[in-house]
Amino acid sequence: MTALTDDTLPVTPRAIRDEMIVFVVMALLLASVPFTGVYPFFVMQALCFALLACAFNLLIGYGGLLSFGHAMFLGTAGYCSAHALKVWALPPELGILVGIAAAFVLSLITGYISIRRQGIYFSMITLALSQLLYFIYLQAPFTHGEDGIQGIPQGRMFGVLDLSKPTILYYVVLAGFLAGFLLIYRIINSPFGEVLKAIRENEPRAISLGYRTDQYKFLAFVLSGTLAGFAGALKVFVAQNASLTDVHWSMSGEVVLMTLVGGLGTIFGPVVGAFAIIAMQQYLAGFGQWVTVIQGSIFVICVLTFRRGVIGEIAHYFRRSL
Amino acid sequence: MQALYAQLLVGLINGSFYALLSLGLAVIFGMLNIINFAHGALYMMGAFVAYFLLNLGGINYWWALLFAPIIVGIFGMILERTMLQWLTGLDHLYGLLLTFGIALIVQGVFQNYFGSSGLPYAIPDQLRGGMNLGFMFLPIYRGWVVIFSLVVCIATWFLIEKTRLGAYLRAATENPTLVRAFGVNVPRMITLTYGLGVGLAALAGVLSAPINQVRPLMGADLIIVVFAVVVIGGMGSIMGSIITGFALGVIEGLTKYFYPEASNTVVFVLMVLVLLVKPTGLTGRAA
Repeated sequence: MTALTDDTLPVTPRAIRDEMIVFVVMALLLASVPFTGVYPFFVMQALCFALLACAFNLLIGYGGLLSFGHAMFLGTAGYCSAHALKVWALPPELGILVGIAAAFVLSLITGYISIRRQGIYFSMITLALSQLLYFIYLQAPFTHGEDGIQGIPQGRMFGVLDLSKPTILYYVVLAGFLAGFLLIYRIINSPFGEVLKAIRENEPRAISLGYRTDQYKFLAFVLSGTLAGFAGALKVFVAQNASLTDVHWSMSGEVVLMTLVGGLGTIFGPVVGAFAIIAMQQYLAGFGQWVTVIQGSIFVICVLTFRRGVIGEIAHYFRRSL
Repeated sequence: MQALYAQLLVGLINGSFYALLSLGLAVIFGMLNIINFAHGALYMMGAFVAYFLLNLGGINYWWALLFAPIIVGIFGMILERTMLQWLTGLDHLYGLLLTFGIALIVQGVFQNYFGSSGLPYAIPDQLRGGMNLGFMFLPIYRGWVVIFSLVVCIATWFLIEKTRLGAYLRAATENPTLVRAFGVNVPRMITLTYGLGVGLAALAGVLSAPINQVRPLMGADLIIVVFAVVVIGGMGSIMGSIITGFALGVIEGLTKYFYPEASNTVVFVLMVLVLLVKPTGLTGRAA
């Protein structure tokens, strides 16, 4: 069996310098969005999904674990943040913390259960667990079933930042995204990340070197789930609602698609993929279910001809890690 | 008591579909090393083909029972020849992603033309009405579905475990290269296996058409439950898949009677419990 990503380049100072340059360019581009006339709501939405896809990528790209249930972290954090903001009337920063904490607890539980099986079974288990949560949220009173939690107050962050102003909200979301992105980047390049890559490449060898691989995978799962929850909490401020769509399996599928299009196991791929897929959904919104057909076709085309994804292909061509 | 028996029967019927679908998944996984995410979509296609045969060609239920699995099976074999075969040697995950994409395409196309509402499919005349068994009233069609599914499951088990063809199949699952060296055309066998698994899904679709109506998304949620069934039962044994499928259907039926709120989730909860107690699944080998 071949590994998911075939070019593992060593982490050299030069590679890190290249990546930091790309990161700064990306941050500057994103920071200039409010001055360009691009619809900020679209970019904020894409940023939330980009963070979600990066969190998902931490698990598949570096741990080799394909979670088909990452919507459960997005949705759970969303519901809990929304509830904290609307019903408990907590300030935004605490609302976000409630969402992250909920995703953290959920990932502890689901990680403990799903990490017991490998490969394809792991994917099926995460999918089944997220479907279990979907049905729970469908029936639980606090989620308001099909209606979802609507009209969530955005409030003032730290008492000063008025999140109902689009520009301020945009920079808060951007700051959240960049912080999450840097954290993931740090994790990937840490000794922990290196062990994770070793496990992905050859688990029996990692075990024989004395690593308790299950613990590493579990920790990766919890980190990934918690960060996905952070994305879900941020998304509440952008969309001002929390609904069942965020927990549905099709959402999990979209996250997989974003990461696959951008490039599994690449640093910037999930961001590019998220923007591409969200943009596609915006432009094709009038075409009804054809969007699903197109998404399915992208899956098929990516898997058959384009397994490295956009960024993966570029990185491979220039022999760089991106 | 009547209600309890009625729910048990519904459970047995759902169990038949779980068994037919998880059986197909297991057979396909054995040969192709692919978890067929498109299984639910192909189950739905089976029901739609039966609907088309009846409404466009005037071909009745009995012939649909034969032709729908063949038509969908051929469609599956085309998928295998044109796409799935290129995944040989790649990580299992790509098979899941590719078939997920196929499922989205198939379901999306049907949703475009038929929306999300159900199309009616009448129960064939010979199976209308019901029987009074003394303790309950049994609609004949529902009894037929359970018995016919059981027969098909046993026949598939017999084909794979007891015939020469099945022996080739099992051998090729263990070591395809060696079986090829003996002059068996393994790639063709793989294609036929995929067709067989997909045909079983389509057959389940035809059986469910008169009960559940014909809907583009009828397979989308079902396949996730079937995945949980597969996790519980493991994919190592054919008989294991059949028994687990029926057993979980019955448990789900009982839950509908005793605690209806949990009827959607009981299979997933059981999956969690099995994973906690016996991570390899009830019949499975470590994977």
